Amino acid sequence: MMRGNKTLAEGQSPLAQFEIKTLIPMQIGGIDASFTNSSAFMVATVLAISLFLIVGMRRNALVPGRWQSIVELSYIFIANLLKDTVGSEGRPYFPFIFTIFMFVLFGNLFGMIPYSFTFTSHIVVTFTMALFVFLGVTVIAIAKHKMRFFSFFMPPGVPMYMAPLLIPIEIISYLSRPISLSVRLFANMLAGHTLMKVFAGFIVALGVFGVAPWLFVVALTGLEIVIAFLQAFVFTILTCLYLNDALHLH
Amino acid sequence: MKNESDKKALDALGSRLDEAKSDHIDPTRIPTKKGSEKGNALGLAFRVGVELISAVAVGTAIGWGLDYWLGTRPWFMLAFIFLGGAAGVINVYRMARGFGYAAGYQKGNSKTGSDTGARDDEGKQDIG
Repeated sequence: MMRGNKTLAEGQSPLAQFEIKTLIPMQIGGIDASFTNSSAFMVATVLAISLFLIVGMRRNALVPGRWQSIVELSYIFIANLLKDTVGSEGRPYFPFIFTIFMFVLFGNLFGMIPYSFTFTSHIVVTFTMALFVFLGVTVIAIAKHKMRFFSFFMPPGVPMYMAPLLIPIEIISYLSRPISLSVRLFANMLAGHTLMKVFAGFIVALGVFGVAPWLFVVALTGLEIVIAFLQAFVFTILTCLYLNDALHLH
Repeated sequence: MKNESDKKALDALGSRLDEAKSDHIDPTRIPTKKGSEKGNALGLAFRVGVELISAVAVGTAIGWGLDYWLGTRPWFMLAFIFLGGAAGVINVYRMARGFGYAAGYQKGNSKTGSDTGARDDEGKQDIG
């Protein structure tokens, strides 16, 4: 009995869902570039998004059907978000913002399918995305404002003698952006999925009384879907705000 | 005469469009407002924690890097831990005061106008 429980616990650890499994081993220049379950789910996400958008807009009707409405709604949603936070100068960056939103959203939602893998629950993935956003935004700011970009680190109306203290603080604050951006998404997905698996484990362990954690898991699944949307939205709006800072400084 | 009727028709179309827009946009706007207002205290605490910790981590890393580079073992790291803490507090302050979860340099100016793009940098600076 005990042994049975132990093997069960090992196989069904709440953290087993985050394990990276190599599907196709690959070595490129001594670097392990294997095709893993994470990569597989990213490819699936990209394919699903393409399918969702292309098939949804295939008929391109003037009066949209249900599917086309969803596609158009998501487009309008991000377009409005960009317009409200950045303004009309943000329009050239719409494809990037929209891609980020759809990628994170579909990645989060794919993670809600039982037995699937949530690639947004890995800091490597979210940090890489945040780093690209951060570098891209910085390059845009420098290209647009040249040297004036560095006035960003000196808030207006601050006396000169405060500069030696304030500038390092501002630089640290600026550099902490990609970290807080990526940790927020990653930690939310990691915590939510772990919590769900922990409570799902209670269902079997408690026997008849497992109804209570079962109900909780049902509620938690709904909450997780909300969080999947919310975190995709937060990631996108923060990207927009950083872009706004880059384009307008302060 | 023709102009008049055109104007009327345009006005009618405009008001109909506004109506349709308000119906149309509301469902997408509501969750954001709810999310930032209600967005349970735990979420807020989590956000505050992330902002604080990430700044301290970056500060420590910079200090450690400078020490490693200049060979002044503990000093830069010690200084930059405190600077990182200060940056973290600034982050949290801006997050709490600014536009929801803006980590950047946000002024509490009106973010609602859809014509934000019309303003140029100088205008923004004045408002701030």
